[in-house]
Amino acid sequence: MVAERVPEKVTGAASKLPWSNIRKIGAGLTTPLHPDDYLSLINPLWTARELRGRIEKVVPETDDAATIVIRPGWGWHYDHVPGQYVGIGIQVEGKFHWRSYSVSSPPKRTGRTIAITVRAMPEGFLSEHLVSGLEPGTILRLAAPNGDFVLPDPPPAKLFFLVGGSGITPVMSMLRTLDRRDTMPDVVLAYSSPTEDRMIFRDELRQLSEKHEGLRLHLQHTDEDGILEMSDLDRVCPDWKERETYACGPAPMLDACDEHWESAGLEDHLHLERFSLDLGGDGAEGGTLTFTNSHKEIEVDGAKTVLEAGEEAGLGLPYGCRMGICHTCTLTLAEGTVRDLRNGDEYNGPNVSIQTCVTALAGDCKLDI
Amino acid sequence: MAIADVKEYTHLSPEEVEELGRELDQVRADIEESRNADDAAYINRMITIQRRLATAGRITLFASKWKPAFFAGAAMLGVAKILENMEIGHNVMHGQWDWMNDPEIHSSTWDWDTAQPGEQWKHSHNYVHHQFTNVLGHDNDIGYGILRMAREQKWNIVNLGQPIYNALLASLFQWGVALHDLDIESIRKGQKDPEVMKKQLKQIGVKVRRQVGKDYILFPLLTGPAAIQTAKANALANLSRNLWSYMIIFCGHFPDGALHFSEEEIEDETRAEWYLRQMLGSANFQGGPLLHIMSGNLGYQIEHHLFPDLPSNRYGEISDRVRPLCEKYGVPYTTGPLHRQYGQALRTIMKLSLPNKFTKPARHDSADSIEVPRGRKKDSERPTRRTETGTWTSRASA
Repeated sequence: MVAERVPEKVTGAASKLPWSNIRKIGAGLTTPLHPDDYLSLINPLWTARELRGRIEKVVPETDDAATIVIRPGWGWHYDHVPGQYVGIGIQVEGKFHWRSYSVSSPPKRTGRTIAITVRAMPEGFLSEHLVSGLEPGTILRLAAPNGDFVLPDPPPAKLFFLVGGSGITPVMSMLRTLDRRDTMPDVVLAYSSPTEDRMIFRDELRQLSEKHEGLRLHLQHTDEDGILEMSDLDRVCPDWKERETYACGPAPMLDACDEHWESAGLEDHLHLERFSLDLGGDGAEGGTLTFTNSHKEIEVDGAKTVLEAGEEAGLGLPYGCRMGICHTCTLTLAEGTVRDLRNGDEYNGPNVSIQTCVTALAGDCKLDI
Repeated sequence: MAIADVKEYTHLSPEEVEELGRELDQVRADIEESRNADDAAYINRMITIQRRLATAGRITLFASKWKPAFFAGAAMLGVAKILENMEIGHNVMHGQWDWMNDPEIHSSTWDWDTAQPGEQWKHSHNYVHHQFTNVLGHDNDIGYGILRMAREQKWNIVNLGQPIYNALLASLFQWGVALHDLDIESIRKGQKDPEVMKKQLKQIGVKVRRQVGKDYILFPLLTGPAAIQTAKANALANLSRNLWSYMIIFCGHFPDGALHFSEEEIEDETRAEWYLRQMLGSANFQGGPLLHIMSGNLGYQIEHHLFPDLPSNRYGEISDRVRPLCEKYGVPYTTGPLHRQYGQALRTIMKLSLPNKFTKPARHDSADSIEVPRGRKKDSERPTRRTETGTWTSRASA
């Protein structure tokens, strides 16, 4: 045992030490840039400064949905938990836009790729672009996996997945993982989609359920069969009260679930993933501004700038010109929407830089300061 | 004297000044609206060219014992450094490319390849210089605390040495800039907050160590037998960058025709009057596309001062709209060939080394009688702009 462990340690150290030393010396040569800034001239994936990925292929799933296979660059750890989402940053008309998508592929290092599955939403500016406008080879930015819509390990003995539309993607990642590990417990999947054609992963799901006795499907085509009501649950999954339920889909469906489980006193057994975050901003003026690191909260109206609000809360926020010119006051928005007082443009987070001296709240916002 | 008394635009009524402001706001809105993938490709291309050029220069210097390689390597490195400082660093740190939402090309994360820490430059340049452009006692860029550049500034016997200080400033420009935000004058007067000074000195120390380490220790050592030659070539590249950026920067506000303002003139300044002050305090120079790129588009200094955070590659297009506005409102638009603009700046440096009574004012210089002390304002003494009205208020005593 000992003999086995020693070389392992040595190789671990050997592969780590020189590499960080090389980088350190390299940084001395490339200052104020990183060595990575030069390496990425050769291959855009050879940088760990900002996580990057390259689109390997775009696989159509349905008419309006596609799976995007991404090869992450340096610095990416293939350690996401099934059900989590990743941030994708794509440059459209020169500007990076960020959205989060569930990883639909199971976590594994082989193949060195991750996949997300995206449905083009009529109002979704980026999803449309992802599904129809992306060429393999496109370089995008990635944000590390996040989210707590995940299965415990080992999984509960009895599971109920309640999904609608593209809410299938995080669940697919969980099912594929259970399949790969061959630990499929007693699972019921109730999956709604407008039509058979628009149902993402329908063939794979059928194959999985044929393979695993424990996996039972209820596929509902809402254009013909109508929407799955909470009152139908007793028929679709009679023992739903005994199961850990994972629900993901449109907001009205999740709201109904919330209410239904609560009235049964079972809210601890319901796990929800909301896709469409309420970003505020639609006509709403002002809101609650939270400074997460300083643990301060302040109510602000829609006319006061974020900077003034911060000063009122007693925080020493950086500022310079107070007219939007010098960019001294720029901070990163963690959550929410702000409006530029000069032209009415709206900016919403996460990862969006805002100039606090010329923006005001359009709904609740959070700043990491 | 209020800003509205300056003779160049006394013919304008306050309403006309506000109208001019609205037209300039429209220019800004149009450019912001039309920023697109081509602009993003432009800055990415500049960054790629610069990094390739720097790499090629460094590699060439491995052969720097051979004269042609010495000069070729130094030239490539010099051009790369100029490009990095002028068109990339200066403009990225102005926030011109923040709209791309790219964390790697962003004013909050960028640091440039010169001795001054980016953070300090953003304070002394973006905030102090661009807000208080050419306001005596506020704008430390008037003479950089070394040269007497306005007739209103008190003459002192040490000013006789200006021709020498000027030559030193030009060749050591990056070191002069490095100390700019530190504000030696306020340290000398004992007005500097010791905490701030300590922090700034530490930042400068780290930056200088890295810059010197790279150009004069690590790269020379790497080239082995050619070490001395490589260090010399690096010094040559730095020197040419210093001379070039010094010259370009002195053409921005010191040619005849760029006005100075006094503290009283900005007291009730509106946003439109701020625009006007930027136009009257700045000067352009003419040239081809390559000259504009190599000077960070500062040949469009007037446009840059009106819209310091709009992408530099659009300044030419913006100038096509600003110039007719100047004609329409009868506001001077100071421009000329590079040699003439620099010649005028140089003449002012020489002239003002002497007391006013020995020299004649240039056509736009203010009267000799108003004397403004050379002292500078601390941040706490600077007024703050109120965004909703665009005017300045005294800073709250907090």
